[in-house]
Amino acid sequence: MPTLKIDGLDVTVEPGTTVLEAAQFLGLEIPTLCHMDGLEPYGGCRLCLVEVGSGDKSRLVTSCTYPAEDGLTVRTNSKRVLRSRKMMVELLLSVCPSSRTIQDLASLMGVQKVRFKTRNDDCILCGRCVRMCKEQMDAGAIGFVNRGHKRKITTPFNMKSEVCRTCGGCIYVCPACNLRCQGPNAPGDVCGSCLSLQPTCTERFDDYMCYLGPTGNCGTCIKKEEN
Amino acid sequence: MKLVKTADDLDKLRKAVLAKRSPEKPVVSVCCGTGCRASNSAELKETLEKEIVKQNLKDKIEVKASGCHGFCEHGPIVVMSPKEIFYERVKLSDAEEIVRETVVKSNLIGRLQYIDPAGGERIKTENEVPFYKKQKRKILEKNRLIDPTNILDYVAVGGYEALKRALTGMKADEIIAEIKKSGLRGRGGAGFPTGFKWEFCKRAKGDIKYVICNADEGDPGAYMDRSVLEGNPHSVIEGMIIGAFAIGSNKGYVYVRNEYPLAVKNLTVALAQAREYGFLGKNILGSGFDFDIEIERGAGAFVCGEETALIASIEGKKGEPRQRPPFPATKGLWGKPTNINNVETWANVPLIINKGADWYSRIGTETSKGTKIFSLVGKVVNTGLVEVPMGATLREIIYDIGGGIKGDGEFKAVQTGGPSGGCIPKELLDLPIDYESLAKAGSIMGSGGMIVMDDSTCMVDVAKYFLNFLRDESCGKCLSCREGTQRMWEIVNNICEGKGKKGDLELLEELAVVVKDSSMCGLGQTASNPVLSTLRYFRHEYEAHIKEKKCPARVCKALITYSIDTDKCVGCLLCLKNCPQKAILGELKKPHKIEIEKCIRCGVCNEVCNVKAVLVS
Repeated sequence: MPTLKIDGLDVTVEPGTTVLEAAQFLGLEIPTLCHMDGLEPYGGCRLCLVEVGSGDKSRLVTSCTYPAEDGLTVRTNSKRVLRSRKMMVELLLSVCPSSRTIQDLASLMGVQKVRFKTRNDDCILCGRCVRMCKEQMDAGAIGFVNRGHKRKITTPFNMKSEVCRTCGGCIYVCPACNLRCQGPNAPGDVCGSCLSLQPTCTERFDDYMCYLGPTGNCGTCIKKEEN
Repeated sequence: MKLVKTADDLDKLRKAVLAKRSPEKPVVSVCCGTGCRASNSAELKETLEKEIVKQNLKDKIEVKASGCHGFCEHGPIVVMSPKEIFYERVKLSDAEEIVRETVVKSNLIGRLQYIDPAGGERIKTENEVPFYKKQKRKILEKNRLIDPTNILDYVAVGGYEALKRALTGMKADEIIAEIKKSGLRGRGGAGFPTGFKWEFCKRAKGDIKYVICNADEGDPGAYMDRSVLEGNPHSVIEGMIIGAFAIGSNKGYVYVRNEYPLAVKNLTVALAQAREYGFLGKNILGSGFDFDIEIERGAGAFVCGEETALIASIEGKKGEPRQRPPFPATKGLWGKPTNINNVETWANVPLIINKGADWYSRIGTETSKGTKIFSLVGKVVNTGLVEVPMGATLREIIYDIGGGIKGDGEFKAVQTGGPSGGCIPKELLDLPIDYESLAKAGSIMGSGGMIVMDDSTCMVDVAKYFLNFLRDESCGKCLSCREGTQRMWEIVNNICEGKGKKGDLELLEELAVVVKDSSMCGLGQTASNPVLSTLRYFRHEYEAHIKEKKCPARVCKALITYSIDTDKCVGCLLCLKNCPQKAILGELKKPHKIEIEKCIRCGVCNEVCNVKAVLVS
């Protein structure tokens, strides 16, 4: 069974576990958006980025897809991780500024401003609905079309799908459109009023003292390492 | 019925082919690579053939359509053996004289010879042309000797000898050890050591394994792989069979873009012939090893050159990458261990097996071995394909081989590695080219595109061009690449339109670093290079656009104005007649004037003016 070190803590997991699952097992919070239990890992939203390895060879990978390998060193909140994660949230906000989910993520990460021109798209192309439709509902009624900045999700040839059973699974899993922020929405503005911090580790690990918000910030685990 | 069943059969076949071919028999070989074809070389070959029949020389002279010679600027190229006489820019009307004078009487036709721009001398043979003289052609060498649609031509010049050696004299591990020792690194871009890649795939658990040749060459202006595949497809096939044997694979794919019709055609012919002769199929050369290759045509997505996207495309899915690991070596095509190498990498394999790893590793630098083909294009005198040993400097390639800058301009930068590469400035002209030094300079080797730019190029505009390419070609799966390239393009586009503001460069830089760091595949991870390298070496140009609202190279339309120098203008009405906006006022023999409000800055007036009276500021 692979043993790896996440934020200084050793954890042994079943083979086939992802880094994200291993971190969650420890009660560490890694933000996710395109990830959903029961759906194939996708690695599209880049929010769950963590830094693996050390020194010059360390690199950012998506924890939702990365297998927990023996001897792996993972940092979930390093400067490099936070820099990328914040930029990803800023990019998401610039595309879909009125999504409550994204506003919450921005508040959590302290993103206060959007420096790009906002667009007000409805979709963030996380692909949850596409995977839901194909993997869980076995329909495959929707999919991605086009590339790059023209990419969108639709039915084949933009026509009414013959295989869609209007189950609503796609809407159920959508992280962007199910909650709309009704607050003020000046360009580039984040209201922050819907900030909803939740204790992270207490549910599963009563005695693990890491409930103070983004893990690693309290420093308990680092002190433990030094001693 | 297979024609070559054992190693001995191959030797016999080669002997028989060579016995039939007298080295004295004149051969007129016409380059039929894509570049020369564009200048009508296919028709030239037919005309030469007709001319030979007309002059009753049918059985005495052979006309051959060869692969690309690389000197595309001077096509169509015709070389006549045995004396190796070299003619350039041959026209259809020259055919009759060539046969009558040069082929029959060995008289040289002066106007068709290459003239050395340095000394003004007429040059007789191909090897004496400075463009070729300073190259080290190992992969492209055979292109000019063979007709790619005739396997016997390839066999005659020693083809499939490496296959014989590998299959009948070496163990799989010995082949991998040899490739490792040679120091060969992937020619597709990242430069991963080929031997190690093979070993990973060989060691991976799996009953079925695949080898793939990545011929999805998509960089604008690059055509090395195309020329190898069109001109010498058997070298790639031979490399793939050897690799498959070493790895333990029985099935190969060549993923080639459908925009390369000649490559697809020549490869199809080559595969059929290789099958006919028994180099592909069951029990190759009596070794008990089975292998065959299938062509898979790509629909022209740049991202499909990325290995996981390429695999998805072959599987019939949307061509987009997936996060690695697992790497294709453990879980690739149809979930099986797969080894992917680029065209040029495969073409290097027979060379290494034939001449040995020691010989091969003597070419090149400490970390990068062998030769590399570059497609030299842009504002350079001799555009074409250039093959040099690793470690050659940019100056050698651009000035000694490329003949320097075309026209009156001055060298400004060279863009290496395609859209994901970087721009290298004048100060680094003496940079030896290898994987490490290019990475250090903020660029990449890529597949070997090299675009030379002079001082009429605006570097901000160049960054905008590549970003526009990338935002279109990004598959859009991961946020950092999709939105990152789009937002970078928006910022740079604003700067070009004169709407740049304070803080733009800082934001651009911050975003570029994050996109490089956070993206899923090689496309996104290198998409920032055009921005980062131009910011690194040409920051002052960005600043001039933002602060002074000026484009120093006078390219960005929003930041320039056209006017007419009244002292120089002779009042010829030429610009007035050509202006699509009718923005020029004036009468015959009186100085003209441009109405700024109507002018769309298309530059037509400047192009047509004979007295250079149009001022751009």
